[in-house]
Amino acid sequence: MGYIDAENLIKQYGAGEAAITAVGGVSFGIDAGEFVAIMGASGSGKSTLLSMLGGLNSPTSGRFLVDGVDVFALTSDERADFRKQSIGFVFQNFHLLPYLTLAENVMLPLAIVNMSRKKKLSAAVDALAHVGLADKAARLPNQISGGEQERVAIARAVVNHPPIILADEPTGNLDSHTGVEIMKLLAALNSEGITVIMVTHSNEYAHYARRLIKLSDGRLAGEETELRRPV
Amino acid sequence: MTLKHIAISNLRRRKARAIFVLAGLLIGVSTVVGLITLVQAMKKDINQKLELYGANILIVPKTENLSLTYGGMALGGVSFDMQEIRQAELEKIKTIKNAANVAAVGPMVLGPVTVGKHRILMAGVDFTAAQILRPWWSVKGTIPAEGDGVIIGADASRVTGLTRGDTVRLQGRALPVTGVLEATGSQDDGLIFAPLATAQGILGKRGKISIVEVAALCSGCPIPAMVKQISAVLPSGNVMAIQQVVKGRMETIGHFQKFSYGVSALVLLVGCLMVLVTMMGSVRERTVEIGIFRAMGFRKSHVLRIILLEAGIVAAVAGIAGYVAGWGATSVLLPLFTEGAGHGAVSLDPVMAGVAVLAAIILGVAASLYPASMAARLDPNEALRAL
Repeated sequence: MGYIDAENLIKQYGAGEAAITAVGGVSFGIDAGEFVAIMGASGSGKSTLLSMLGGLNSPTSGRFLVDGVDVFALTSDERADFRKQSIGFVFQNFHLLPYLTLAENVMLPLAIVNMSRKKKLSAAVDALAHVGLADKAARLPNQISGGEQERVAIARAVVNHPPIILADEPTGNLDSHTGVEIMKLLAALNSEGITVIMVTHSNEYAHYARRLIKLSDGRLAGEETELRRPV
Repeated sequence: MTLKHIAISNLRRRKARAIFVLAGLLIGVSTVVGLITLVQAMKKDINQKLELYGANILIVPKTENLSLTYGGMALGGVSFDMQEIRQAELEKIKTIKNAANVAAVGPMVLGPVTVGKHRILMAGVDFTAAQILRPWWSVKGTIPAEGDGVIIGADASRVTGLTRGDTVRLQGRALPVTGVLEATGSQDDGLIFAPLATAQGILGKRGKISIVEVAALCSGCPIPAMVKQISAVLPSGNVMAIQQVVKGRMETIGHFQKFSYGVSALVLLVGCLMVLVTMMGSVRERTVEIGIFRAMGFRKSHVLRIILLEAGIVAAVAGIAGYVAGWGATSVLLPLFTEGAGHGAVSLDPVMAGVAVLAAIILGVAASLYPASMAARLDPNEALRAL
């Protein structure tokens, strides 16, 4: 039994004969501190699986446990608290709020945390420093590049010190050079003990993870471990 | 960074939507404030005018005979069976439920006296009350102190030749004429006025009263109710309201007030609908943003609070601006609805301002409840897929 356990997760959309199976019975375990890549072609169910791992999307059947807690047995508010405490999301399209500065964007997860404004700002600046953007804290998202925006999104994901980062195609909108930088950043966070689960369709970026889970038509299609990270 | 910070930042970013919500509530609040202030000012104006009329309740003795007068012309009918009111009974007026509304009670005794060759009507009055009841009196000279003289009406002065400084002998008593009334155009011009006790002694009517004038404070005074109350304590008197002139106007204001409330309700309803539609549009526009909040661990109640905070902030601003706009509009429009110099200025009312702001917040938040709950109920997964 791992830190994260998916037990026969099934996700169907619709009902009856018209039902579409996005994830068709997936089981795996992930240990704390692992860096796992989930790879598959478009429509293979990898993003649906990631949304279930983030507690955003309830499975039709099956269980998903984090540190022994059945996430989908929790109430809506308890699941929100679980996300606040345990999960940091990194989205493909960054999803920074355009009307907030970089520091304010990074502080967003702290808006619902009981902490002084000074401490929140200090945590945000620290997180931005972690991704090399402390000097741009007062800028707005449209004043920085795409790669920098993704780094801000990563800073926002880690500002609350969650044990798990879920990254959905984090390099999808970036050029290859910037993509590599982002992968190195995720690998660095993993080396600090954060469990990273990343969805990608890039074989090259998948090799920054230590383990690769392949999906095809919503089912496990293979698994690779002890991956060699590109030099 | 707090939920309030998020709400304020969003309002700054989506200024057009915020202004639209603000406009909806501002128009509603300013209309209500404007109409209510206008009605209040008009009522105040009419009440001031009503008070200037002096007495507005008249108490005369009950009689079984009908007076043979028409248009001020007396045709010889005299009410022999007239029961005069006893002065001691007037104290009962102070015991009525609306006694606080009684500004002045003016007892008057009437009777004929002979001055030289002329028969003239003498009125014994309480000069302190008389000055309240007849604010239009202008006396050349002075009002006599108790038992120390008379004043004489303009016509009576002309006919009898008596003027200020003269002495008039009545029933063996010499009374100085301390003043002459300037012409009023009323029956007062033909009368000679003496202090009540003096006149009662001269006329042989000690402790008796012929007529009583009552001035009621008219800011919300219920004249018909007061008439009934005085009738109950003075069964020997025939109590009448002399307010027909203003009653019609008060009724008009009453109709205008009802109409104003109707218009206000309609404008507020439209304002609320504007808020509802705008906030629903705003929520739809922010689907992804709400999905991000939920992914970060915001509870449904957090999302609800952000939306309602935004509505509350805009509504509070609309309440303040609406009150000022309504008050300003009334100040400009009031002279068109009132006559003469009595309308004065509309004063700022902190209570109404507070109520306006509070009502705007309640309406703004209430109209945003459905959009806010719609936002809170958004499936975060669906919200993030709406990319």
